[in-house]
Amino acid sequence: MAKIIIPTPLRKFTDRSNSFETSSNTVVKSLENLVEEYPDLKKHLFDDEDNVRSFIKIYVGDDEIDPLNNGETSVDEDTIISIVPAIAGGSIN
Amino acid sequence: MYNGQQIKSNGNISFDKKELAHYNRHLIIPEFGMEGQQKLKSAKVLVVGTGGLGSPLLQYLAAAGVGTIGILDFDIVEESNLHRQVLFGISDVGKPKVEAAKHKLSEINPHIDIHVHNVRLTSENALDIIKDYDVVADGTDNFPTRYLVNDACVFLDKPNIYASIFQFEGQVSVFNYVDSNGERGPNYRDLFPTPPPPGLVPSCAEAGVLGVLPGIIGSIQANEVIKVITDVGDPLAGRLFLFDALSFITRTVKVKKRSDNPLTGDHPTQTELIDYQEFCGIPDDENGNNDINEITVQEFKDKLDNGVDIQIIDVREPYEYEISNLGGELIPLNTILEQHEKISRDKPVVVHCKAGVRSARAIRQLNESYGFDNLYNLKGGIIEYAKQVDETVPQY
Repeated sequence: MAKIIIPTPLRKFTDRSNSFETSSNTVVKSLENLVEEYPDLKKHLFDDEDNVRSFIKIYVGDDEIDPLNNGETSVDEDTIISIVPAIAGGSIN
Repeated sequence: MYNGQQIKSNGNISFDKKELAHYNRHLIIPEFGMEGQQKLKSAKVLVVGTGGLGSPLLQYLAAAGVGTIGILDFDIVEESNLHRQVLFGISDVGKPKVEAAKHKLSEINPHIDIHVHNVRLTSENALDIIKDYDVVADGTDNFPTRYLVNDACVFLDKPNIYASIFQFEGQVSVFNYVDSNGERGPNYRDLFPTPPPPGLVPSCAEAGVLGVLPGIIGSIQANEVIKVITDVGDPLAGRLFLFDALSFITRTVKVKKRSDNPLTGDHPTQTELIDYQEFCGIPDDENGNNDINEITVQEFKDKLDNGVDIQIIDVREPYEYEISNLGGELIPLNTILEQHEKISRDKPVVVHCKAGVRSARAIRQLNESYGFDNLYNLKGGIIEYAKQVDETVPQY
């Protein structure tokens, strides 16, 4: 079971969960599994062509994964996948 | 190898008796010593943003003895700042932040020079302001300024100490840092090539921040500034530190340079500063919201006083509505299209949020998707209403 860490800005779409466990065996499949579970998350994570949005980074451990090139990277039960979005600060308007 | 970013250890820099006492606990660290303290005194650091991050950052940089500190902010101190901006107290409310900050820092350390820039950083003034400093610390709260600071630092060859916060989460990195081998590290555009378009996560509607978080993250940022200046330790160049205050999960991930970076990639396409509001998809304030109808708070009040039948739609979040409201119907921005049938078509509809940005976005979405023509954006939102019309409406 790989573990996906959900960042604060996206927890609104995961019922406030900060992590998600998946039995998928690649990075991309794990992310697909995540948005199947939480459909509202999909448009925030993927663009219309199902590519991860450019203001979101995906990491396995401390290494960046480019889902287009190495999204098939295999994951196992010890793998930590991090979703890291651009954040800018706390101002509201 | 020559490194243009390096702060020189200047043997001519001396300290009087009071300074030596002030910096004693630095001087007795073997790796730091007199040379480290001299580098700090020689250094000129610009802190962009005097908010949550700027508060601990400025206090620690001043206390540590950074010789010249630039403070840049255009804002005034408001009560809603005080839960996290510990540089300020209640008596500072209403004062320019840079002036209040200078006063406080002068008390923390009278041996340093403090320069204030009471302006908004723009593409027009950024290069001129930043060029006089050795290191820039980015503690801003919006994407356009982050990209502006990044790009200006790249063009001027300055290290950019970056920190960012959102609710319970913080990020820190050191961008555009040239190490002792002359190797230049990645910058913000390597990490995030483009900002989130307005309306996508993280949107302003969900913002806010735990008060103590900028204290933690800004202190780490100050530590990186001092490391870069003194050349002590390994700066967070090519790495991004992530902190989650709720779960206490901390991670440090790698940041790689991108070959398609428009400034520093294989084929640079951008050689000067650009319009960062446009880059971030934000309508230019000065051009106003020409494409939608607007109403001022005074006009709005007059209509209410004259008994004009209007519908009021509030597109903020429920927790904001709880703090204060104008009696409007609550339809948060991210549900506005789903709930369009609740919005009247046969009378004027005033749409508002906190300051007018989200409501403008809501009106654009409704006009484009459902062809409304009777929607009016309340200029300046409930905050402007509270300031100009009804002081009893709580501001936040």
